[in-house]
Amino acid sequence: MKKYIDGFKKYRFLLRELVKKGIKLKYRRSYLGIIWTLLEPILTTAVLALVFSTFYSNKNKAFPVYILTGRLLYSFFAAGTRTAMKSIRAHSGMIKKVYVPKYIYPLSGVIFNFIIFLISLVVLLGAMILYGIYPNWWTITAVIPLLILFIFTVGVGMILATVSVFFRDMEYLWEVALMLIMYTCAIFYDADMLLNKGNGWILKINPLYALIKCFREAVYGGSMFASPNWLLMPAGVSVVTFVFGFWIFKKNQDKFILHI
Amino acid sequence: MPNYAIEVRDVSMKFNLSQEKLDSLKEYVIKLLKRQLKYNEFWALKHVDFSVEKGDRVGVLGLNGAGKSTLLKVIAGVFKPTEGQVIRHGRIVPLLELGAGFDSQYTGKENIYLYGSVLGYSKQFVDEKFNEIVEFSELGEFIDVPIKNYSSGMKARLGFSIATLVEPDILILDEVLSVGDAKFRKKSEAKVMSMFGSGVTVLFVSHSLEQVQRLCNKAILLDHGQLIAQGSIDEVAKIYEEMTN
Repeated sequence: MKKYIDGFKKYRFLLRELVKKGIKLKYRRSYLGIIWTLLEPILTTAVLALVFSTFYSNKNKAFPVYILTGRLLYSFFAAGTRTAMKSIRAHSGMIKKVYVPKYIYPLSGVIFNFIIFLISLVVLLGAMILYGIYPNWWTITAVIPLLILFIFTVGVGMILATVSVFFRDMEYLWEVALMLIMYTCAIFYDADMLLNKGNGWILKINPLYALIKCFREAVYGGSMFASPNWLLMPAGVSVVTFVFGFWIFKKNQDKFILHI
Repeated sequence: MPNYAIEVRDVSMKFNLSQEKLDSLKEYVIKLLKRQLKYNEFWALKHVDFSVEKGDRVGVLGLNGAGKSTLLKVIAGVFKPTEGQVIRHGRIVPLLELGAGFDSQYTGKENIYLYGSVLGYSKQFVDEKFNEIVEFSELGEFIDVPIKNYSSGMKARLGFSIATLVEPDILILDEVLSVGDAKFRKKSEAKVMSMFGSGVTVLFVSHSLEQVQRLCNKAILLDHGQLIAQGSIDEVAKIYEEMTN
């Protein structure tokens, strides 16, 4: 264990450099640069709100806030896992030449997406104020689902990174899976519509939806602890995924170099 | 008890050369069901065992395909040996392929920090060495230009400057003293020579026997993955010359 902590300390600078690189290169050569982090969720939320509020004749005035909470969390999960999955191949040049603890690559991918995600929360704050949802003390508890989401994303990212080294098809398969996950996260429809119609299990088994639900609760100024199962389930799943992710990654990392 | 820098203990390295490259699950399953999954086992290194004392400059000789680069990669920690182990005492800087860790969209300056961090150095250390690195690389104002616009000589110069100016304990040089123009080549050789003075341990691969003889005091000779000779440079060079003739 001490060995790992020492190793981590030694490569802290590398981790930071890789995170910085991810953020810097993401928007390099675009005119608006980092502003896209804010602009992109605004634009997609505007479209979704426009389409689905007429669709459902939604009475919820703050529907854009509802969409944003789901969409921001989902897109972090999607981008984070995607980057982590491709990170080994993306850094194959380094891996082939220099020894570095390999988990740094997927981990840095998730961290840089998390930072971009945190920046994009500014949009949510703006929307909250615009639609008259003012933060209170419960809003602070929003940190809890975000932390769990981070751990969950790292875990899933590690698993995907390992698998995709050996089977590149995983990259395409995961895109399909992400689409499925998006539709089962109640991002742009009212979750009760599904929960009340006997198909609620789809949402109940989805840890990402549970996290979105907790996060929404906090954003709307309510207590997520009122129904603790929605918090405990994703927390448990995340820890298991995280441990399993690191385990499978560690078990296979020496073989990576023969496949990239 | 001699003071070792690197101990290579009975190292073997096996590669599975799949006859076809399998990239997809579908192919894999089909081949598995048809029982066509054959691997050609290939031992790139067979029971290689030797030690390098601190301050030694060891030339690694051998024909193409003898396992020189594989051995260096095992020592650098890039490959994990199938059998045996490598014990390293000190910081290794592998100069396997200059600029391999560079990001082409990054500028020279950004790459110095990135590459420095890959080699395991701290930010303060790279900060301190930054000017020296830029100066040695002779890149001048190109340091703020993305690497993708560099010529291969410029890239190699930058890579060499970063890797050598950071005072490693063990330096692995794989055919790198032949980069850049004649002027830079001379300069880099002088740099490596000056590092010898400070007691760095060196593993050196080059196809120029003359260069190896000039730079190294010891040598090992590999043939088809086996260590067939080790000792002082003159003895080993003689065997190598007989082998090539």
